[in-house]
Amino acid sequence: MNRASLFVPFAVFLLILLFGYLGFSLNDPHKLPSALLDKPFPTFEAEPLRPGGKTLRREDLLGAPVLVNVWATWCPTCRAEHDELKRLRADEGLKIVGINYKDEPSKARRWLAELGDPYDFNIQDPDGRIGVELGVYGAPESFLLDANGVIRYKRVGDVNPRIWRDEIQPILTLLQQEAGP
Amino acid sequence: MRTLQAALILSIGVCLASAGTAAPAGNPVDVLTFASEAEEQRFRSLVGEFRCPKCLNTNLLGSDAPIAKDLRKAVYRLSVEQGQSDDEVRAYLQERYGDFVLYSPPLRPANVLLWFGPPGLLLLGAFWWFRTVRRAATGDATDFDAEARVRLDNLLDGDA
Repeated sequence: MNRASLFVPFAVFLLILLFGYLGFSLNDPHKLPSALLDKPFPTFEAEPLRPGGKTLRREDLLGAPVLVNVWATWCPTCRAEHDELKRLRADEGLKIVGINYKDEPSKARRWLAELGDPYDFNIQDPDGRIGVELGVYGAPESFLLDANGVIRYKRVGDVNPRIWRDEIQPILTLLQQEAGP
Repeated sequence: MRTLQAALILSIGVCLASAGTAAPAGNPVDVLTFASEAEEQRFRSLVGEFRCPKCLNTNLLGSDAPIAKDLRKAVYRLSVEQGQSDDEVRAYLQERYGDFVLYSPPLRPANVLLWFGPPGLLLLGAFWWFRTVRRAATGDATDFDAEARVRLDNLLDGDA
């Protein structure tokens, strides 16, 4: 047993420490990186939540940057972010389109009547098919599209003032600069 | 030393055996119809390949999460109803949910450690074990320093 090998356990300890540090500083494992970033928003054809409206398509999302928000009445976090969405619509002039995900239309309409409606329009996705196309695995999720309908940002979880300030607003500013000459 | 070796071999055996255990049987909630036994087998093995995005460590076959149910439906629609190939279904899910849904992610620079780390550690362990055993067998006491050896020789030679 030479002197140097006495330090082997200590080296192993340092190695464990390093892996522990790296492991615990990884991002939340529940957060999936979006596979759809910088890809065009999928094509779809769906009924609007508002009764009597025309069938909605991907083309209805084009022309200006838009926040597509996946929500449902069974989702408590959606209720938590609702006020922030209303604020973004009213104060920041953000165009917001909702995807009412695996929900009952009557409940969803009542929710909007009671809590206020920040959406330009809502797309019905009763069986979650559009959700699968979008890689949605829970609600709420939000996608920021540019004027050409390309997904430029995705948020899993609630939109709150911090997320708006740190993540959405900078990208939106960029998109508006791209759109304007 | 003997017991240590036995324990090592036993634990490797247990690891290898558990790697081959079957996934839980299909989810009883879904009612899907198949034209043939082979078609159902194919669907089951395909669905067992994907990881449920919501639950980290369950495959689509074994998960009760609503999203897993939706994805099973999507796989059914693509593979059984539309007759797409296994690779097309894999590509469909990977395009939407990323590498995360694949239990065997493609080899990329970012996950080299994931692919080669465990076999590397195994090789390292095997090397260490081999060396230890060989040293014990040849009785080569290299750790014994010269001064101690002289003292030992004196003790043995002398009339103590």
